[in-house]
Amino acid sequence: MTEAPNAETFVISLLLTLLAGITLAIIRQRNMFGVVILSGIYSFLMASIMIALDAVDVAMTEASVGAGISTVILLATLYLTGSMEYPQRRSVIIPLCLSLAVGAILIWGTSGLPKFGVADAPIHKHVGPTYIQYSKDHKMPPNMVTAVLADFRGYDTLGETAVVFTAGIGVLLLLQGGWRVSSAGRKRDDEDDENEPSARSASDAANGGTSAGGTSA
Amino acid sequence: MMDALQQFSAHYNYYITIFLMISGLFIVIARGNLIKKLIGLSLFQTSVYLLYLTPAKIVGGTAPIYDKNFTVYANPLPHVLMLTAIVVGVATLALGLALVVRIKEAYGTVEEDEIFTKDPESE
Repeated sequence: MTEAPNAETFVISLLLTLLAGITLAIIRQRNMFGVVILSGIYSFLMASIMIALDAVDVAMTEASVGAGISTVILLATLYLTGSMEYPQRRSVIIPLCLSLAVGAILIWGTSGLPKFGVADAPIHKHVGPTYIQYSKDHKMPPNMVTAVLADFRGYDTLGETAVVFTAGIGVLLLLQGGWRVSSAGRKRDDEDDENEPSARSASDAANGGTSAGGTSA
Repeated sequence: MMDALQQFSAHYNYYITIFLMISGLFIVIARGNLIKKLIGLSLFQTSVYLLYLTPAKIVGGTAPIYDKNFTVYANPLPHVLMLTAIVVGVATLALGLALVVRIKEAYGTVEEDEIFTKDPESE
């Protein structure tokens, strides 16, 4: 049989099918705690798929940042806001039709893409071989991802740092900002006092995210 | 028939990627809970990782870490781009969740429909 997939392709397809199942569960689940735990499972499955796709550096980052930090800040937000999702009140027909239409257009677009895993796809003809050759000639460190990140695409990391810095400032201003004082007089005081330390911990988690991201990138 | 099956299995990764994308889109539009909306947004972002990493893979190749025993490597460039995207994704998620906490403090709810009814400017 010519189209019999090898073990590698089979494992990737199996993991992707599991991922689609988890996604369906996330859509259907109404308890927000369940949704957060499912999204943690989703991120770990995604990290496994990344390992199967030979993207080991990305898998490490996804497992630590996607499954770790994201889940922690989501849980912190649930603690601050309450964990129930209310029953559905709006119609799902229009979003469903829109999503399916977008999906149909995208699937039509995949018909021109090269097959999965073939070595002569256009993506492997441009700069990719150059990087690999540099590593072979010992002009770059053996880990090509690190080398490309540091030697060729340093401005990406600079931009990324700017985004993370801006987001960190935004989180700090939103959670400990000056208008909390004005809202505290108007709102229930006991809840605000209770929220204060956990708001700090949420922003600490966000800061942890920035530093973890910095080291992994 | 065989052709269609072959075409399907060769593009299976893309089909799952598209499914994740439209699932994220559906959650963002159809669900009123703001936290769930943000999870939908991060589903959409995660599907983009898959979209970039799928073409980088060569079946039978290995991770892009040089070793003299291997000759075929995955393309390192999409990996680098996705490293950046993951960190940016969690930063935007943190900012969005901080906004949700502020909205909860101001309106007492994270449900979009209730916020619209409570918003004095919409009346």
